[in-house]
Amino acid sequence: MATTATTKTKWWAGGRSPFNVEYGKVMMWYFLMSDAFTFGAFLIAYGTTRFATNGWPDPNQVFNSFPGLGSGFPLLFVSLMTFILIVSSVTMVLAVKAGQEMKKNEVVKYLIWTIIGGICFLSCQAWEWAHLHHEGAWWGSNPFPNHDGTLSSTNFTNFFFTITGFHGFHVLSGVVINIVMLIMTLNDTFEKRGHYLMIEKAGLYWHFVDLVWVFVFTCFYLI
Amino acid sequence: MSNEAVLHANVGVSGHDAHHDEHHGHHHETFISKYVFSMDHKMIAKQFLITGMVWAVLGGLMSVLFRLQLGYPDSTFPWLEDILGKWAKGGRISAEAYYALVTTHGTVLVFFVLTAGLSGTFSNFLIPLQIGARDMASPLMNMLSYWFFFIASIVMLSSVFIETGPFSGGWTAYPPLSALGDASPGSKTGMDLWLTAMALFVVSQLLAGLNYIATILNMRTKGMSMTRLPLTIWALFFTAVLGVLSFPVLFSGFILLIFDRNFGTSFYLSDIFLSTTNTALPNEGGSAILYQHLFWFLGHPEVYIILLPAMGMASEVLSTNARKPIFGYMAMVGSMFAIAVLAFLVWAHHMFVTGLNPFLGSIFVLLTLLIAVPSAIKVFNWLTTLWRGNIRFTPAMMFAIGFVSLFISGGLTGIWLGNSALDIHLHDTYFVIAHFHIVMGVASMFGMFAGVYHWYPKMYGTYMNNTLAYIHFWITLIGAYLIFWPMHYEGLAGMPRRYYDYGVWESFKQFVELNRFISTVVIIVFAAQFFFLFNFFYSIFKGRKVTTTNPWGSNTLEWTTPIKPGHGNWTGEIPEVHRWAYDYGKDGQDFIPQTVPVGDNETQH
Repeated sequence: MATTATTKTKWWAGGRSPFNVEYGKVMMWYFLMSDAFTFGAFLIAYGTTRFATNGWPDPNQVFNSFPGLGSGFPLLFVSLMTFILIVSSVTMVLAVKAGQEMKKNEVVKYLIWTIIGGICFLSCQAWEWAHLHHEGAWWGSNPFPNHDGTLSSTNFTNFFFTITGFHGFHVLSGVVINIVMLIMTLNDTFEKRGHYLMIEKAGLYWHFVDLVWVFVFTCFYLI
Repeated sequence: MSNEAVLHANVGVSGHDAHHDEHHGHHHETFISKYVFSMDHKMIAKQFLITGMVWAVLGGLMSVLFRLQLGYPDSTFPWLEDILGKWAKGGRISAEAYYALVTTHGTVLVFFVLTAGLSGTFSNFLIPLQIGARDMASPLMNMLSYWFFFIASIVMLSSVFIETGPFSGGWTAYPPLSALGDASPGSKTGMDLWLTAMALFVVSQLLAGLNYIATILNMRTKGMSMTRLPLTIWALFFTAVLGVLSFPVLFSGFILLIFDRNFGTSFYLSDIFLSTTNTALPNEGGSAILYQHLFWFLGHPEVYIILLPAMGMASEVLSTNARKPIFGYMAMVGSMFAIAVLAFLVWAHHMFVTGLNPFLGSIFVLLTLLIAVPSAIKVFNWLTTLWRGNIRFTPAMMFAIGFVSLFISGGLTGIWLGNSALDIHLHDTYFVIAHFHIVMGVASMFGMFAGVYHWYPKMYGTYMNNTLAYIHFWITLIGAYLIFWPMHYEGLAGMPRRYYDYGVWESFKQFVELNRFISTVVIIVFAAQFFFLFNFFYSIFKGRKVTTTNPWGSNTLEWTTPIKPGHGNWTGEIPEVHRWAYDYGKDGQDFIPQTVPVGDNETQH
């Protein structure tokens, strides 16, 4: 059979990784594709159910509280949450870059900032859930009326808590992973290995969780 | 990661040009680390195989039990009460037990035998050996994938022994039956255990699939370009991709189902009155069809997860034993790719009569019938590989030819069922049962048997007994046709599936004797499998010893390893690959292994 590679380096001819990455990163990319299908299934289920339902609550009415300020601030709090998560992605990029330059102290600094960002996001989500629960919203109960004031389906809260909860669980896993990375960095594990590839893989996961939030945010708060 | 690094777990580097001439297989191994928590891909493959065989016997036995009910609805078997207790009072299986048996038979055979037992076994065994790698990319994840499967097995098995019995709503677990504990005894704890087992199974599949993909892409030996891969590896690669992309959707569907069961949500539920408790349920706004979409988005690729490994192994076995190059290698790869893509685009043909928009149905008819094209290409290539071959009828070859026969027979009825108009008549009848059992169930079992008989010498260093194998083959092949061929007629006559007793229906009384005939053959075929089981376990210890490294005269890399390879597969360097895997009968030579450099005067291929 003819060989496929025509460039000088035969990337696909065996004996090397065709993407010039180690196996862990290949696995991480495929895992993220797999996880994208999990979230995709959730969001499509949500979309079809919402499409088939008459009326839906107005997110501006539901999500309009801010801790300490009371209500009347539509989407302000979730904007803060989103901002925190995006900033934590920036600090993650800086941690990955520091790792590529083998600067241990920088890696530690930016990992700590990323972990703080993640914990802040989770705390915000905890407050929001507690607040909604206080208002009577939970799985199987929806106190919020539709746009037009009619009684709304419980699937609004059902999907909200399930999908944001599933995303929050991913953020929690990301925080745990980042804490493990931090401990490994402090123990000089990566210095001894001579590379910080593990941080890059953790970074891929963290950015993915961020990206998923953009879709979750759009589907539940904006549309 | 480099091949050496896998064994020594030191650095992860992207290339692995430097193969050190190290001696392998000298690690200190205890019984636990060698046989139980093994990280050697070959041992993990055997663990998958033997667990799969245990499940195959249990799942097969279940089919014998419910076929007793279908074949002899008026007879009583007192011994059934001895083993099943209250589920078979007076020696006749109760309706609940019948549905539980059918459900568990389906779940076990589809997921635990033909997914874990088939691709789990042969992906693990063949990928490192045939691509020239010391082990999987991550042996630890590989081990975890088996043990997640093992725990899933324990949970599924435990559901058989609880008071309310295992889940009994069909292997597809459609809500509302699966979502409401009050709907039937099997929907109570049995369903919780079923969901737990399946969730663990998805984790196992994900760990395994990521590993297979990363290994095939990253760890091929020098010279093993993608177009020199044996077709087994291509098939296992597409299988892994299908699993990694479709199981998560099932997982999402299960999570929503768990919420509906336990937390008062209405994702799948709406407008339900429950006659068992005489109550109207408050659930509003959900859709049972949503679950079906999520389920079949996995469910259809799952069919190809089961079938592709069998296709790959049959290709390899046919080419080796016909002593001819596989016909149309690139067409084979291309058609497997086409099947893998189309697998994601046809799921709604399982839902033609559920209230799907007929226009949408017509699109799914088109996409479904398109699958006939790559399938036909594969069949023609197998037949042309056999054409004028110098065929050696080894047991593996018999099963591979049997696979092609079954794939044709079962595939042709797929063309009927793919039409939504015909499906109005044929859906949920024995025609469907006959179709998918032949094309997916028995055909894949034949692929699996071909694989076991062919690679057994590599697994255990001994041969299986040929006479027993031929008896096993003929009874199984003839039996499979005798069981499933008549079901087509029953289905065409409108006989529905999932009924407990057809004797009460005037229209189906004509099939009483045919049903009894089918059930009798089922018992014979089930009994014949013990020829295989005995042969398998006896030959491990007492089989004729393999004395040559390449007993079948095969080209692929696994036959360049020692007769009983240690952990690391090759002593010394991993061989380099210079040609594709199918140089049989070229330039007057019987076979030219992949490791032989291309000579100056060799003809092109």
